[in-house]
Amino acid sequence: MAANSADAAAETAAAYLLRRHRWHWAEALPWLVAIGVFFAFPDYLALGTQILIWVLFTLSLDLVLGYAGVVTLGHAAFFGTGAYAAGLLSARLGWGEPISALAFGALCAAAVGFVSGWVLLRYRGLTLLMLTLATSIMLYELGNARADVTGGFDGLAGISLKPLLGAFDYDLYGRTTYAYALAVLFVLFLVARRIVWSPFGQAVIGIRENVRRMHALGSPVHRRLVTIYTVAAAMAGAAGALHAQTNAFVTLGALGFERSATVVVLLVLGGTGRLYGAFLGAPAYLLLEDLLAKRSPEYWEFGVGLALVLAVLFARRGLLGLLEDAGRALARRRP
Amino acid sequence: MLNIAAGILLDGLAYGMILFIISVGLSVTMGLMGFVNLAHGAFAMAGGYATVSLMQGLGLPFLPALVLGAVLVGLASVPLERLLYARLYRAGELDQVLLTIGLVFMAIAVFTFFYGPAPRPLQVPAFLRGSVDLGFRSLAAYRLFMVVVGALLVAALWFGFERTRLGAMIRAAVDNRRMAQSVGIDVDRLFTLTFAVGSGLAALGGGLAVNILGLTPTFATQYLVFFLIVVAVGGAGSVKGAVVASLVLGITDNAGKYLYPDGGAFFIYAATIALLVARPAGLYGRE
Repeated sequence: MAANSADAAAETAAAYLLRRHRWHWAEALPWLVAIGVFFAFPDYLALGTQILIWVLFTLSLDLVLGYAGVVTLGHAAFFGTGAYAAGLLSARLGWGEPISALAFGALCAAAVGFVSGWVLLRYRGLTLLMLTLATSIMLYELGNARADVTGGFDGLAGISLKPLLGAFDYDLYGRTTYAYALAVLFVLFLVARRIVWSPFGQAVIGIRENVRRMHALGSPVHRRLVTIYTVAAAMAGAAGALHAQTNAFVTLGALGFERSATVVVLLVLGGTGRLYGAFLGAPAYLLLEDLLAKRSPEYWEFGVGLALVLAVLFARRGLLGLLEDAGRALARRRP
Repeated sequence: MLNIAAGILLDGLAYGMILFIISVGLSVTMGLMGFVNLAHGAFAMAGGYATVSLMQGLGLPFLPALVLGAVLVGLASVPLERLLYARLYRAGELDQVLLTIGLVFMAIAVFTFFYGPAPRPLQVPAFLRGSVDLGFRSLAAYRLFMVVVGALLVAALWFGFERTRLGAMIRAAVDNRRMAQSVGIDVDRLFTLTFAVGSGLAALGGGLAVNILGLTPTFATQYLVFFLIVVAVGGAGSVKGAVVASLVLGITDNAGKYLYPDGGAFFIYAATIALLVARPAGLYGRE
């Protein structure tokens, strides 16, 4: 995707900058695979839908963690907010139109993201880590304390949806929900891609790389961090709303620390700050989990832990980085 | 009424002492190296299992098993620190978080494999069972024992930190690592030592906690947030902060569970956020 330095030197800087974010043919691959799965594996679309939702959730974290460099252990706060907002709208108020409910979930999550981000993003290091963690657990405990509204540990049941766009009803195999989740993911991916390559996105990367320098340049660091945090919260909220709608059920686990930790693991194993890390990490993790975790949960958990330790020590760029290195090694061997 | 209040206070104190014994090592290592160690709870869990195994496998009595377990875990933490942690002292906190989350996963898997997911009971000696009659009222013996052990450790740590040469070196390194290095303090070795002692203390706390909090492999993550709150609220690197934060947290959490079981925890997190927003470095931490 990125041009190597020799190419870059040959052309003008302006042409390089323009070329950098042009679409590459490889970027069509995940979508072709996702559409292929729809036709080739009709029995696995329920799992496929969950994977798409995790990809969207991981993608939203990539904006915060990968691009802005904000280390958060509380990203599930937004996923859970979106899930409960969309779920409660249907289960308690009887609003069954899915797309508006999804938008409502995203909006609520964005509101939580904006308020918490505005307060928290002034801090760094351990303090910021603790603040994000405490925010998500506080929401979890709020959901637990108001079990009369949220259903508490028993979960929120009774979410029912009207047909999608008034035309497509939901079938037993989950074809409609899969297509729905894929469409939402695609639209939000386009938004994320647009943001990342915009001047605003480049300024956010600047904050990750050297925050002091961005301050010295007069860049409104706090405002930009809050903006990207809010956008990512909205995307995570959309993922949560999809989760609530496709499962017709939400539990407090949607807000739990485990989900916040898992999404960080998915992103890092896939590759951070690249948009496509989410598309590798989430499917690889969830497919392996589906295969292994039920048979031998201890081996699976040990394997995940070991993979993390090895990734931190030796493969900091994740699966995407490993694939790139392999691709380069192959290209070098060829004359 | 007064009896209930005293009971809540004592239970909360005992719980707070456990939090202190486990968290103090984390606080000092975080203050010293700024290393975000999410695997600290795993050392506490390992201490709990070591105590149980030493008692059931070798037939040791409770107290020697507790101490030996803590020493073993402290020793075992040294190669981990040298081989894994030391490589990431200069890395960002994301790398540290990831490495230690990975270690927690591995630890939970290993302990589940060998001990199973069910809680492991621990038989405390007769003099710690039942209750102690203080004349005007009686108190659960084990809670009283916890408070006494905790108070002794607070005193020992205070002495170690404030009155010994080693303590002065650690304080100097927490305040300014580079300056401490340039006056000839071997900060790396100091850190290995502190890490081992901190892990050993966590293991001791883990062993003591079995009888109150129970012991399953998920212990490593179950109370992790509380250990982190103690460190962040008290201020990384501050023993005094860890004492205050542990006791306040222990008593509030315990009182909340009795008086307002549904929403008590919510206010703890809300208070934590409010305090950190007002004082980002914690109560006694350095800015």
